[in-house]
Parts: sequence; structure tokens; C-alpha cells
Amino acid sequence: MPGGNILEVRNVVSGYVPTLPILNGVSLDVKVGEIVTLLGPNGAGKSTLIKAIAGILKVWSGTAHFLGRDLTKFETHDLVREGLGYVPQTENVFAKLSVEENLEIGCLVNRKEYPRQRERIFELFPDLARQRSLAAGKLSGGQRQMLAVGRALMANPKLLMLDEPSAGLSPKLAQVVFSQLLKVRDAGVTILMVEQNARAALQISDRGYILAEGREHLQGDAASLLDNPEVGELFLGAKSRLAKTGLGAKSHLAKTGPGKS
Amino acid sequence: MMQFVLNGLVLASTIALGAVGLSMTYNILRFANFAHGEVIAIGAYFSLAVVTLIGAGVGSIGPIAFGWPLLVSLPISIFVTSMIILLVDALVFRQLRNKNATRITLIMAAFGLSLMGRSLITLFAGGDPKYYEFSIRKVFELFPGAKIGPDELAVMGIAASAFIGLYFYLSRTIMGKSMRAVAENPVLARINGIDTRQVIRWTWIIGTAFATVGGTFLGHIEQLRPEMGFDLLLLMFAALILGGAGNLYGTVLGAILVGLIDSMSVAIGLSAYRAAVVFMVIMLILLVRPQGLLGEKA
Ligand SMILES: Nc1ncnc2c1ncn2[C@@H]1O[C@H](COP(=O)(O)OP(=O)(O)OP(=O)(O)O)[C@@H](O)[C@H]1O
Ligand SMILES: [Mg+2]
Repeated sequence: MPGGNILEVRNVVSGYVPTLPILNGVSLDVKVGEIVTLLGPNGAGKSTLIKAIAGILKVWSGTAHFLGRDLTKFETHDLVREGLGYVPQTENVFAKLSVEENLEIGCLVNRKEYPRQRERIFELFPDLARQRSLAAGKLSGGQRQMLAVGRALMANPKLLMLDEPSAGLSPKLAQVVFSQLLKVRDAGVTILMVEQNARAALQISDRGYILAEGREHLQGDAASLLDNPEVGELFLGAKSRLAKTGLGAKSHLAKTGPGKS
Repeated sequence: MMQFVLNGLVLASTIALGAVGLSMTYNILRFANFAHGEVIAIGAYFSLAVVTLIGAGVGSIGPIAFGWPLLVSLPISIFVTSMIILLVDALVFRQLRNKNATRITLIMAAFGLSLMGRSLITLFAGGDPKYYEFSIRKVFELFPGAKIGPDELAVMGIAASAFIGLYFYLSRTIMGKSMRAVAENPVLARINGIDTRQVIRWTWIIGTAFATVGGTFLGHIEQLRPEMGFDLLLLMFAALILGGAGNLYGTVLGAILVGLIDSMSVAIGLSAYRAAVVFMVIMLILLVRPQGLLGEKA
């Protein structure tokens, strides 16, 4: 169903502590074959939204559908079988397991395909092939991120959600990751990613959303967001003027740059 | 000299067999299961029940004073004890987990279950020591001046093979790898399609199996008492902490050291203070290596 929505999020309210919602009614769509980027200041609730979609957090109200099926009816461990892949922002590899074991765990729902899938990932990320027996905790930041993405690709997801795939990487390595993501999309995987690296992310994206205070604040196709002066001010430099926009005057807005763990 | 090493290794085998379950529940369920001593005792008593039911004594294999009846009782006893432990998990621990209980709550619940377990054993089997079979066991000189019985050697061999088996289980099978994944990061494990409830069930079953083997052979070499597991608990925790909590291989290493220190303190005439000696040495080691022998730095 090309052109149809693979993911439909409507008015989702969710959070960590009862009575303290972080998401205040977010709506978002991802169409089959798209790359959609989710932007927003620190603490806006981007990771929280991804966790709610993945069932790690309960959806308090609103709906989330994946390929037309109600996501709130699934448990987190069912999702990978349904075709929903997820790379968390932090702790996204098993540090004590070897590179190969991480990939094998990623292929748990499709074990017969493991050897073939593994070779496919090794082709995509040749660094991993060289380190296959190494504990994932000993990899460099970039290799670790590639392993996290590779691990999620092992199960052949239809939709891949990535929470800051370029975090902590040098601009050059970030470009490598983004160009690999383009290849992944061209191989038929729809992508929803959270990014701080707004310009580079939008450049490979079809559309983008800007989340603030638990709601979608702006949305549009990637080119229009890149041209939007408010977006330019917020994410493409000129960060010192952030406070004026009123876009979530939270204290952690002062945190800058993608260089977080 | 060699005598205390042999005695220590025999004790270490029992401690290690018991501590496996303790270490696994600690890694996967993240709490110290103070009721694990009773798992050992219950396993041993179920073996006794089966041996009694068979009614052919414990048999023998060559010089070893146990044979097929005891070995046949083991899988049956492991099965029954595991089912009981899974029931207890479903009725108590799972309820607490679902309510996001703190570790302290889980530990207190385990304490309560420990008391209950001992009372139930006393109720059903009596408080006096029991034996699988009264028999005089052979002892031979392995090294000049170092005596050991063939039964003790067999137990050490069984323990060693069990650990080798466990090593291959954890490093080669998909359930073993899933267990290590859940131990490290349960959320990421679920994202990868691992059903943590299934992993938790196998964690209990494996821990119980090791405890039952340990308890049964402890009962054979010494005797069965309702407190047999509880008395071992402190030494098992010592092994866990010494090895570096969270590292199963460290736990086995810790058990060997604890066994050796314990028997050494007897050898130098401090048998009345053996527990104190064990914990003194452990404290000294932890002063130098707070994370334990194979633990990672916090
Ligand atoms: N585990 C948690 N428990 C309680 N509150 C949390 C937790 N994780 C995040 N929060 C809070 O939820 C809010 C949104 O956090 P979230 O991680 O979704 O932000 P984000 O948009 O992903 O930001 P960042 O760019 O820093 O990753 C923040 O106020 C944060 O303090
Ligand atoms: Mg985040």
C-alpha cells in the first residue's frame, strides 16, 4: 500500500509518572517509504513519544496504529515480529555481548535468516565484520551506533524508529550513518528518526515534525522546514535566540549540540 | 595441607551449586533471594521422598555409595521443586514485580518465604536429621596425608560438569544468550522480541535445578535438616559478593575461595570462628577490589 500511512499517532498523552504527562496530545503520521525526522528541544518529549509507540510507556489516551493495527494492544516484545524496529537513544547495544551475539539477538524472531541477515549487515557496516567477536561495549561510539542500527535491521523491520542515530558522532561519521540510512530506506524500510543534527537529518528526510512541550509544534516537508526561519533559528544555528521563540522555555533548553551520551 | 584443599573444594562444590541460583535471580530479577536456602533444602527433601518411594536405598556405583535410585530421584525432584518455585513466583514475586515493588520489598518477601519453607519442611518431614541411607562410606588417600571419599570426588565431578554445561548453555544457546541480554538490559531485550517472562521462568528452573543437585548431594554427604540450606546461605552470599555480584563465573570462583578459606580456618584450629574468618578475608579482598573479583567497576 504505497502512499498509505504505516504509522498513525493521534492525540497521544503519556508520561512516566501518573498525573505528570510529558506528551500532551501528539499526532503524527508516517507514510510507507518515507524518512520522517522528529526535531525538538531537549526535554520536548521526542524520546518519550518513541517509547510510547514502542509500548515501553503506556498510552494514557489517544491512539497509535501501525499498519492499521492498534499498537496499544501489543506488548513490546511482540512488535519486532510485527515489523516495528526501534533503536533507543542510549544503551542501545548489549555491551557484554559480542557484536555477533547482538546481531543474533536482533534476529531472534527470524532465526533461520540469521546467517544471511548477518552478512547483509556486515556488508552495510564493514567495521562490524572486523570486530565480530568483540564485546559491543568495547566498540567506538560510531561502531556502536552502527551495531545498534544493524541489530534493529536484522529482523527486517517495515518501520525503523531511530532515536538520535548520530548522537555523539563526528560530523563525518554522522554523514556515514545518514547515507547508510538512505540505503536502508531504498531497500524498502520506512524510517522515523529523532535527531538533533537537524540540517543533516532534514536533508535526507521527506518530512519533519517539530515537537515542543509534548505537542507537534510545526510540521511540513523537509525542504520547507529547512527554509523556515523559525526552524533555522532553533536548530540550524543561532541557538542563543532560542528563549525568544517561546518554544518550551525549559531549563534544559540551554543544553546545546548533539554531543550527548 | 592438601587435606584442607580437598575439604575446601568439597564444600565449594555445594556452595557453588547453590550460589548459581542466587546469582541468576540476582542478575535477572535484581534482588537477593533470601529464600534460596530453602530451595536447596526442599530439593533435597523431595529427593529423599523419591528415594524412599523407590525403596531400594541409594544404591552404589563401584566405590561410590550412591547409585541409580539417587540419580533417578534427581530429575524428578528437580521437576517438582521447579514447579513449586514457579508457583511461588507466580503467587508472590510476580505480583510484587507487577506492582513495581522495591528490592527491599522483594527481599522481605523472600525472608518470609524462607521462614515458611523451613516450617513446612519441619511440619512434613520432622525437624530431626534425615539420611538417604545409613551407610559407611569409603575413604582413600588421594595424596600422601590427604584423604577423600569417592562420593566427595564424584560430587566435585558432577558440580564441575554442571558448570561446564551451564557455560555452554549461556554462551551457545539462544535462551542462554537471551538470559544474558535480559540481565544486562531488560528493555532492550524486549525491543528485540525477548519475552522476559519466559526468561524469568527458565532462570528459576535452572537455579532450582542447581540448588536441588547441591542439596541432594549435601544431604548425601552430610545429612538432611530443615536448616541445611539456610545455614549455607551466608556462604553463598559471600561467594556472590566476592566473585563480583552480577558475574556468574565470578560466583563460582568466589565459591571455591569461600570453601577454601572455610576449611583453612578449620585446619588452623579456628573452626568455632570459621564464618568470622571467611568474612574477614572477604572484607580484606573487597577493600582492595570493591567490585569483587570479576565484577565491573561501578
Ligand atoms: N525515565 C524518566 N522518568 C521520569 N521522567 C523522565 C524520564 N525520562 C525523561 N523524563 C522527562 O520527560 C521529559 C521529556 O524527555 P524526553 O527524553 O522525551 O526528551 P527528548 O525530547 O527526547 O530530549 P533529548 O533531546 O534530551 O533526548 C523531560 O522533562 C524528562 O525530564
Ligand atoms: Mg531523547
